[in-house]
Amino acid sequence: MTGYLADVATLARKDLRLELRARDTLPAMLLFVLSTFVVFHFALPQGSGENAAQGLLWVALVFTALLGLARSWAPEREGGVFDGLVLAPCDRSAIWLGKAAAVLVFLVAIEVVALPAFALFFEPLDGAAVAGVALANVGICAVGTMLAAMAAASRTRELILPLLFLPLAIPLVVGGVGSAISPEPGRYLLFLALYDAVFAIICWATFEYVVTE
Amino acid sequence: MIQARGLQKRYGSKRVLRGVDLDLPRGGFLVVSGPNGSGKTTLLRLCAGLALPSGGTLAIEPERGRIGYLGHESLLYRDLTALENLDLYGRLYRVPERRERIGMLLGRFGLWDARNERVSTFSRGMVQRLALCRAFLHDPDLLVLDEPFTALDGEGAELLDRELATLSGERTFLVATHDPHRLAPLASERLALA
Amino acid sequence: MSSPNSRVPALAALATVLVGASLVLVFFVAPEDADQGISQRIFYFHVPIALTAYACFGWGALKALLYLWRKDDRYDLESYVGIHLGTVFGSLTLLTGSIWAKASWGIWWTWSSNQLVLFLVLFLFYAAYFMLRFSVEDGPRRSSLSAVYALFGVVLVPVSFFAIRLASDFIHPTVFNREGPQMSGTMFATFCVAWAAITLLAYVLYRVELAGKRLDLSVRELREALA
Repeated sequence: MTGYLADVATLARKDLRLELRARDTLPAMLLFVLSTFVVFHFALPQGSGENAAQGLLWVALVFTALLGLARSWAPEREGGVFDGLVLAPCDRSAIWLGKAAAVLVFLVAIEVVALPAFALFFEPLDGAAVAGVALANVGICAVGTMLAAMAAASRTRELILPLLFLPLAIPLVVGGVGSAISPEPGRYLLFLALYDAVFAIICWATFEYVVTE
Repeated sequence: MIQARGLQKRYGSKRVLRGVDLDLPRGGFLVVSGPNGSGKTTLLRLCAGLALPSGGTLAIEPERGRIGYLGHESLLYRDLTALENLDLYGRLYRVPERRERIGMLLGRFGLWDARNERVSTFSRGMVQRLALCRAFLHDPDLLVLDEPFTALDGEGAELLDRELATLSGERTFLVATHDPHRLAPLASERLALA
Repeated sequence: MSSPNSRVPALAALATVLVGASLVLVFFVAPEDADQGISQRIFYFHVPIALTAYACFGWGALKALLYLWRKDDRYDLESYVGIHLGTVFGSLTLLTGSIWAKASWGIWWTWSSNQLVLFLVLFLFYAAYFMLRFSVEDGPRRSSLSAVYALFGVVLVPVSFFAIRLASDFIHPTVFNREGPQMSGTMFATFCVAWAAITLLAYVLYRVELAGKRLDLSVRELREALA
């Protein structure tokens, strides 16, 4: 068990180090999410109601996450490193978990700026809304990293990832928006937690088959 | 160490290997030769455990962590340094006395001075040498090397020759090459793919 | 190989008969619904088609699981055909649901019908399945990816269902409730005949498509072997 977690930590650390060095994905995601907020301001007609903005937050988050996910496996593609990781004696699911953990860190880093910016531009977010974002992050990273690995095997890489991801992201958006606007956020938060648990288990169990021939 | 009977590999309807037989005993040195497209790379990938056969039997004795592989691609992160790359693999392979072993290999392949440089700054020959370090890092029982002399300059080739000569008795080798004559003195068996 | 397919023509004939019978029953025999009138008749087809779509997706996922376990290419093909058929029936569900909505409420689409929304999400999901499958080279990699994605799909069905429930209120008329079907005897019988007809039709289509794809594959392999 400690070996497994050590492998996950090794891999996640590698991704953080690579991003700190290249510094290309995080700034792009940050700029993207802020630009999207400004677009939303112009896209929302007057009197749209405060709930509309909450919904748009989730659109912004999902598409920003997609931006980051599209490049998440790029370092592994460049040197053919995927083979190297698959050859290593570590559990293949550790490869997925390490990458998903790193993507989660990136997403949270973006949100640390994006959520206050949203509160500034549109309206404040309460604890339930933030909890919804936090829970949905796990689902986005778990499923997104998995699908990004699948898309990496496809000819139409960047094109296909959004198509694979969006239907699976719909429940997350429902849960997230629900926890923000509903007077009873508990149900939605529970739903998000269940989504995370169910899909994380599936990803964990099937990643092996995605990377082996 | 490796035994294959009637080994087949298909990618969709394209048949790459059509019934290959292979016997590689412990301590052996098998040289695989053949023209481009004859399936050398596919055969080596199967023997390294990177792909599953479509037909026939394939028995590979060492487990995943005891196999070293060198492919056409470097399997190295371009934006990490030589040291960081080897440290990553060292941790994943649970190499004992990791730092000492990495230092020793870098020295043996003439890369010690470049240890803190990113792989993206390396020449093609240096990348190949580092890839060889990676393959040898965990002191594997079985080494599967796909055209290891590619891109190596005279000095690099000499270093590799020396390594192969030193290890050829104790470890098992499966090497694909365009130039079987170079390895003729070390080879204990040969396989020519059509 | 001839014996498994020899029953198909007989089953196809039976399916045709059943579909014909159900059409007759639906349009001439079953009593008219008090609330919705003639539009309600499409319900006899809409619900079985939806149920068949679910069954096809489930079948596709089952074969996918078998593929991942056994790595036999047969299962990959069966999974693909199952999902293909499921997508066809899913599209028909959307179509018949839309017709029903137009006839019942005067609009071609409504977001308040949970069933319709669910099928829309599934349609998007499985459309992506085909895009994925056609953008990857034929081989074990493609089969594995398709299988894993099919498993995601089958999990998405209940998850989406709950998500949509949480998201909006429920307008779609109930077919079965806890006391039993809200239908009279004749209506129920008609429903069952239609359901049997659709299910058999789906099965026949499945066998025909599978046989066709297998033939395709054999021809390609022969061509490859001769080359």
